[in-house]
Amino acid sequence: MLVLAIDTSTPAVTAGVVAVDESGVETRGDRVTVDPRAHGELIMPHALAADEAAGVSLKDLDAIVAGVGPGPFTGLRAGMATAAALGHALGLPVYPVCSLDAIAADVAAGETAFLVLTDARRREVYWAAYDASGHRTEGPAVQRPADLETDVKVAAGDGAVLYAGVLDVRPIEPRFPSPAGLVKAARAELLAKEPPAPLTPLYLRRPDAAEPSAPKRVTTP
Amino acid sequence: MSRIIMGIESSCDETGVGLVRLHDDGTVELLADEVASSVEQHARFGGVVPEVASRAHLEAMVPTTERAFEKAGLALSDVDAIAVTAGPGLAGALLVGVSAAKAYATALDVPLYGVNHLAGHIAVDTLQHGPLPAPCLALLVSGGHTQLLRVDDIASGITELGSTVDDAAGEAYDKVARVLGLPYPGGPPIDKAAKNGDPAAIAFPRGMTGPRDAKNDFSFSGLKTSVARWVEGATRRGEEIPVDDVAASFQEAVADVLTMKAVRAAKEQGIGTIVISGGVAANSRLSSLAAERCAAAGIELRVPRPRLCTDNGAMIAALGAHVVAAKLPTTPLDFSANPALPVNVVSLS
Ligand SMILES: [Zn+2]
Repeated sequence: MLVLAIDTSTPAVTAGVVAVDESGVETRGDRVTVDPRAHGELIMPHALAADEAAGVSLKDLDAIVAGVGPGPFTGLRAGMATAAALGHALGLPVYPVCSLDAIAADVAAGETAFLVLTDARRREVYWAAYDASGHRTEGPAVQRPADLETDVKVAAGDGAVLYAGVLDVRPIEPRFPSPAGLVKAARAELLAKEPPAPLTPLYLRRPDAAEPSAPKRVTTP
Repeated sequence: MSRIIMGIESSCDETGVGLVRLHDDGTVELLADEVASSVEQHARFGGVVPEVASRAHLEAMVPTTERAFEKAGLALSDVDAIAVTAGPGLAGALLVGVSAAKAYATALDVPLYGVNHLAGHIAVDTLQHGPLPAPCLALLVSGGHTQLLRVDDIASGITELGSTVDDAAGEAYDKVARVLGLPYPGGPPIDKAAKNGDPAAIAFPRGMTGPRDAKNDFSFSGLKTSVARWVEGATRRGEEIPVDDVAASFQEAVADVLTMKAVRAAKEQGIGTIVISGGVAANSRLSSLAAERCAAAGIELRVPRPRLCTDNGAMIAALGAHVVAAKLPTTPLDFSANPALPVNVVSLS
């Protein structure tokens, strides 16, 4: 089946068309730009360009996979709103994927447990821990890197590169979710043709908002 | 052949999806106007919290669209063009509507127009009162904007004559409501309290009406402070606050300045029609004083019904219909929302 994968949870604006079946996943066309301010501008044009590169049209797709974060709020919503509206208009199921799982799915199979860390801004990281076979064992959560207590010394994601020193971890590839990683993370649900879970963003933080105190005095007492 | 235009609005705290039919004679008919509001989630903060609004937009976008098509008895495939608010507004909120609109337009293979929210507030009047005479004068008053505009062509010819130099009129309502212990948003409770009060009880200042002040600009910050000062003084003297009188006197000051400036500008420019729109247009004193002064000046007054005055998708669909009818260029797919989109840019190209 042909799947359009979309993710805007990191500075990368990611779209790709991926074929998936029992034997594995294969990227047919993708378009990725790393620009944290261009999610709203580029995600839909990138999805079209990925289709073109794959030699397919939107009507040929069987499903959509969308990264639901965690990710800095504003950019994350560009991809999710795009995926939700495309799914609605094309009558396609939209499968949510934790974006950290998508990064983990691209980590080369190895013998050690690893972390995935992405930049949460405000000097924090979004993170999750995975065992050697790539199953998530902890997270996702958001924390200051210095407060992250772990013995794991290997980490993927751009957060690992940013905070390698503080965390004492060895950064490994990849830095961002790829279309193939997104589809791998949703592969079981896709192939089982299960109805997708609700497309709910993983914000992990509450909105910044303070309830007002009593009105300020305007006269001097 | 008539065409169906879909409008998407997400500039502030209302997720709106509207559907209109653009007839061959250029008239625009309202088919559906669905709104999901996050206003209640903002109430305890005393104002719109951008992140809360953006989250609510993402949640509401597809369900609101589904409801609009259900109401209109149409299928998505019936749509001939899509218009979306490109600005002005809250960046994160605009982004949700713009992203969804791009996806709908691409998937349905129809032209997309990124349009101006402020122009939408004027265009919405054509749904109720028919084509706008050219030129006309528009007074936009809401929680986010207070502007006096000359409209020569709703699709391409809007000029700002003046705007607020500080708070929007609706913002002043919210702040005064807080001072008086009334709920958010402040417009309806102040309007209600004012009905039992004496508008002449307290002489609050009329901002920007001095001989050297910009004729078509507004200021409500001084008025708001002066209400707060008056209330504090009365509290200090141990007096009970006459909430109804304060509300009525404040409301009178707002309505007086808005209508005086609008009518004066129309007269000076030889314009025979004034349109008042935006959330504050629903205010009973503003509309009654405007009616009185327009009648005295021989000016036709058009005020859309309250449901159309507040933010909604129908206003964006209506504006989109006029842009389509004017055969203006479509907006490229890689456009970004502009939180500070100037009012003279009616549609992006
Ligand atoms: Zn508005």
